[in-house]
Amino acid sequence: MHLIADIAATHIRGRGRQTFLSIAGVAMGVGFSIMMASLMQGSQEDFIDTLIDTIPHIAIEDEERHPPVQPASMTFDAVKIEGLRPREKLRGIRNADGIIASLESWLPGDVAPNLTGQAVIRYAGKDLSVTVVGIDVDAERLVSTIDDDMREGSLDDLNTTANGLVVGDGVLDRLGAKVGDLVTVTSPVGVVRKFKIVGSFHTGAVANDNGLGYTLLKTAQVIQDKANVVNRIRIRLDDVNASTPIAARLESQFGYKAESWEEANEGLMEAFLIRNIIMFTVVAAILIVAGFGIFNIISQITHEKAHDIAIMKSLGFPESDIIRIFVIEGLAIGAAGSLLGCVFGFALCQALGQVEFEFAATTEVTRLPLMYSVWHYAIASGFALGSAAVAGWLPARNAARLNPVDIIRGAA
Amino acid sequence: MTDGTPLLEARGVTRILPGIVPVTLVENISIVFGHGEFVSITGPSGSGKSSLLYLLGLLDVPTTGEVFINGVSTAELNKTERAETRLKTIGFVFQFHFLLPEFSALDNVMLPMRKLGLRDAVEMRESAAGLLSALGLEEHLHKRPDQLSGGQRQRVAVARALANDPPLILADEPTGSLDSRSTEQVFHILKKIVDNEGRTVIAVTHEMDFAAATERRIHLVDGRVAQDEAQSPASAMRGGGPEALGSHAQS
Ligand SMILES: Nc1ncnc2c1ncn2[C@@H]1O[C@H](COP(=O)(O)OP(=O)(O)O)[C@@H](O)[C@H]1O
Ligand SMILES: [Mg+2]
Repeated sequence: MHLIADIAATHIRGRGRQTFLSIAGVAMGVGFSIMMASLMQGSQEDFIDTLIDTIPHIAIEDEERHPPVQPASMTFDAVKIEGLRPREKLRGIRNADGIIASLESWLPGDVAPNLTGQAVIRYAGKDLSVTVVGIDVDAERLVSTIDDDMREGSLDDLNTTANGLVVGDGVLDRLGAKVGDLVTVTSPVGVVRKFKIVGSFHTGAVANDNGLGYTLLKTAQVIQDKANVVNRIRIRLDDVNASTPIAARLESQFGYKAESWEEANEGLMEAFLIRNIIMFTVVAAILIVAGFGIFNIISQITHEKAHDIAIMKSLGFPESDIIRIFVIEGLAIGAAGSLLGCVFGFALCQALGQVEFEFAATTEVTRLPLMYSVWHYAIASGFALGSAAVAGWLPARNAARLNPVDIIRGAA
Repeated sequence: MTDGTPLLEARGVTRILPGIVPVTLVENISIVFGHGEFVSITGPSGSGKSSLLYLLGLLDVPTTGEVFINGVSTAELNKTERAETRLKTIGFVFQFHFLLPEFSALDNVMLPMRKLGLRDAVEMRESAAGLLSALGLEEHLHKRPDQLSGGQRQRVAVARALANDPPLILADEPTGSLDSRSTEQVFHILKKIVDNEGRTVIAVTHEMDFAAATERRIHLVDGRVAQDEAQSPASAMRGGGPEALGSHAQS
């Protein structure tokens, strides 16, 4: 093996410029691949971070996955019973207090009860339909970022004001109201109450800013005429990645639908998957192109070294040795390129990390979301090495098959 | 070596290059070579001398017929096994030096040794240096081929052919590109290999002086053996002293 590597080294040493160019080709491929992977995954993580900041990691809803079995079906042993009128059920999560108490005892995270319902807000002759969420202020601020999104007033004002209401800034704009105004709230069950707007928030999500309001859980229960009812339990976990298994566990434990953020955003997850497939395809393409550079130089060496190949074969080197020589050359270029490429990729990421953006809407200074992972480097290098091995092997295989007699004759 | 089995034998060897017009390189050649023979192969240009040498050296495969080495047929050997046989039992010297250009004289000679891998680095180095010194190249061990003269390169090639101590040396016009002084030098080296070391040298040549000085001369015409004769080598080669006169009871 030592001998084979020696011979390979002489071939590469003799062509510095060309070797450098093909190493540079691989390095660029690896570097850009790393940068792209870092950006793609960074932006994905950033997006998910933002997303899971605004939504619960798990939401337990007052729904069941499968239609409930009707008492008649349990009583009568029949394949199917037609024409049953399902028993009316009071909507809401039964024993919510018990569930919350149980969750708080073991769940690594925070829990908040909600009663969500529609209502119409009337102000100065204008009507606006909004979703009113009844919250427990102290619990809610642990599971959502609503506190950070407050523009005016504070959630605490809900606790100190009777019939207080916090709404999105878009709601205020549409009604032409401002914080401190009194509005009339009408619920679908016909309860009408005067509310005082004690605060406003801006989340950046238009649907929320233009159509969401918060009040105290108790107040919501009054206007929806659902005393002591909770129809949603929001959970924020310490480890967001544990949400799917924990959701499954909660669902089997309590019987209510427990939806993890991943399930709730299935479409988004699919979009990310497609994005990642595209990224890997592009990375593969870049590195295959880099492989062409290696293929090119190795092909050229095999042609120029046809004499040497004939000599070695006449001396008694088997074809496998000849192949090995050129595969080693390809791998050496690939390895050098990968190493340089890792450095280059890291430098690119660092440079990109310095770039600052200013979004007009927020005037907030933002940097490109980059994610650093050893895997990006390992995968890009691994792919480059694989492509280098193939790029060395293809011409080597042909060179090894070459008949020494043809060349020895040709020289004479 | 002494059990009577011939070192090398061609039995009815024919080589036809396939094609629209098939070319017959050599036809129905049967020759036996013993140990310690110095044989020259002569013939007009295109008579199949080189082709025969490639067949005898397992670089090429007969279309029909067989080549035996030490009484064993090589017909069934695959490429890798033929390569291994070449490595251990055959040394080639071609008309043009065919050294690896990036390797020094010493490294070139060590090439087959390292491939065989039977000795450690120090031993191989000493052995290679010894071979080169014996051929008068002790001052050029570390020179690359392009720093050597034609005659010196050809002597390096001879040293490399001897590297693994093979019983058989095949040389295709080894002096074809050399001046007369170098020709004489190389001839004497080959002769010494036969006389002192008991190896067999088969050399293709078109130089009459060279051929006349060998103990056995095979003449090819149109790919066939036209003449195969033992002879007294004493007179022809300038400076080829009478020390070569020995046992040449061959047919
Ligand atoms: N690849 C080939 N295609 C066609 N003819 C060839 C080929 N190789 C050799 N020949 C022919 O075969 C004959 C024998 O060649 P060769 O063995 O080289 O002769 P020598 O060494 O005696 O000059 C020559 O006539 C040569 O032209
Ligand atoms: Mg010839």
